[in-house]
Amino acid sequence: MTDWLGPEEWQAVALSLKVSLWAIGLSLPLGILTAYALARWRFPGKQFLNGVIHLPLILPPVVTGYLLLLTFGRRGPVGGLLEEWFGLIFAFRWTGAALAAAIMAFPLMVRAIRLAIEAVDPKLEQAAATLGAPRLWVFATVTLPLILPGVIAGAILGFAKAMGEFGATITFVSNIPGQTQTLPSAIYTFLQVPGGDAAALRLVAVSVVVAMAALAVSEILARRAAKRVSGA
Amino acid sequence: MSLEVDINHPLAGFELRVAFEAPGGVTALFGQSGAGKTTVINAIAGLLRPQAGRIALSGETLFDANARINLPVHRRRLGYVFQDGRLFPHLSVRQNLTYGQRFAPRGSSGPALEEVADLLGLSSLLDRRPGALSGGEKQRVACGRALLSRPRMLLMDEPLAALDAARKEEILPYLERLRDQSGLPILYVSHSVAEVARLATTVVVLEAGRVARAGPAEQVLSDPAMVRQLGLREAGAVLPAEIARHHADGLTELAVSGGTLFLPRMDQPEGTRTRVRILAHDVMLATEPPRNISALNILRGEIVALREGGGPGVMAQVQCGSDRLLARVTRRSADALGLGTGKQVYAVIKTVSIARTDVGAG
Repeated sequence: MTDWLGPEEWQAVALSLKVSLWAIGLSLPLGILTAYALARWRFPGKQFLNGVIHLPLILPPVVTGYLLLLTFGRRGPVGGLLEEWFGLIFAFRWTGAALAAAIMAFPLMVRAIRLAIEAVDPKLEQAAATLGAPRLWVFATVTLPLILPGVIAGAILGFAKAMGEFGATITFVSNIPGQTQTLPSAIYTFLQVPGGDAAALRLVAVSVVVAMAALAVSEILARRAAKRVSGA
Repeated sequence: MSLEVDINHPLAGFELRVAFEAPGGVTALFGQSGAGKTTVINAIAGLLRPQAGRIALSGETLFDANARINLPVHRRRLGYVFQDGRLFPHLSVRQNLTYGQRFAPRGSSGPALEEVADLLGLSSLLDRRPGALSGGEKQRVACGRALLSRPRMLLMDEPLAALDAARKEEILPYLERLRDQSGLPILYVSHSVAEVARLATTVVVLEAGRVARAGPAEQVLSDPAMVRQLGLREAGAVLPAEIARHHADGLTELAVSGGTLFLPRMDQPEGTRTRVRILAHDVMLATEPPRNISALNILRGEIVALREGGGPGVMAQVQCGSDRLLARVTRRSADALGLGTGKQVYAVIKTVSIARTDVGAG
């Protein structure tokens, strides 16, 4: 594989995988919590939260990227504090690419999980409570197993979105080879230089393969989980 | 162990205002659909917060609107058997049954998985998934699951309503065993007089959010004033009885306080205490001892109440020994025989009319 792809191309593929896995891995718990809150809880500002989460889906990605730069840049209100407290820097780092990917993928992920939670009969959770189970235990042993297919679908959908994220990423963290040059950025770069078509095409092929593989894995996992859940 | 309920809660169309006490044994919360039964049982379980009132179990307050006490559902330790089973579809029968076990307080006593599986006939189903169970099996698992959480009381919300007649018959004996062997107080919500007559020791009749009548099952079910709530066709008396003798011709002789009754052969041994239900429309009244008549069951008694309905019928309550029968006769006959309070009568009950399915151990 490494000799089939040039080192720069391989770097872009590896970086994209790393960025997407981190983005989804870290945002998934938050995504489940948010989906649960939107599906089950009633609280003031629920519609506002729903809107904010969906914003990256509607805004031009460049706008999202610029807003991220303003907020999480080294001089931004949040970015500055994070650097001061935790030494965490987002601007022009792969961590920033992961943040951008996570934010862009978040609404898709939450949507899929929220639908799954809404399909779970709250009566089952009530039944678990009457058997003496505290709330968190009910969630872990009843709700979570039942929404697992939805969680898998949401995670894979988010992963695919993260792999393909371009606009917000390039605006927020630029296009630095080995640092922030993800797969789509690399394809874009290769297309800008004469004779880069072949390399671009190879990366396109990788994109297609990764996307198809993710879809296949999600299908298999979701089917297996659904079979467990159906109780047959 | 007794449950005290005194709650108010607004419902669509009327205000629920219910106060009753459930002693040990099976207390049936009886009423037509929409009478507020499920609201009451959900309030007891903690799934619904009543607007006002108090709920206490053996002196421990579960809910008190004034004192701002509202014990969360999972800390009430009341086993709830839902109408729709609500088994966890992703868990096996065994995992469903043991779900609540870990939350039982340490040192609490109660039956083990094997005993419950035996009691409810679940031993061969333990490794199945709920999706592979019949409706009746599901409800038995739901009962076992509630029982194994070591509850202080069982709440059952029409556990048989979703089942067909054959499945009901399959489950009722298990429920009777549960009642007789677990020793747990049970609150049993139902709109079926047959189920109530078979299982209940205490009956609370709910009508449009109010308690219309509460008391021992025999008294409430034999009360002519309850005919409207119970339904004319279902009105009848429940009598405690004891199996006196099995006769060679296939009949079983039962001793009731007012005399003897004959039934088609029963399986229980002689000496077993049981209960018979005699529907009002299966009882004829005569003012003289009937002769040359095929009916075997004739009890002598005295009319203690006569209640006219809107139709051509009259409901007579007849004191036979320490029990009271209900008899439904036409007003014309009542006039012709001169029936009235204090009148000595003979109640004629056709043997076959004492339905086997309505006989329950008690």
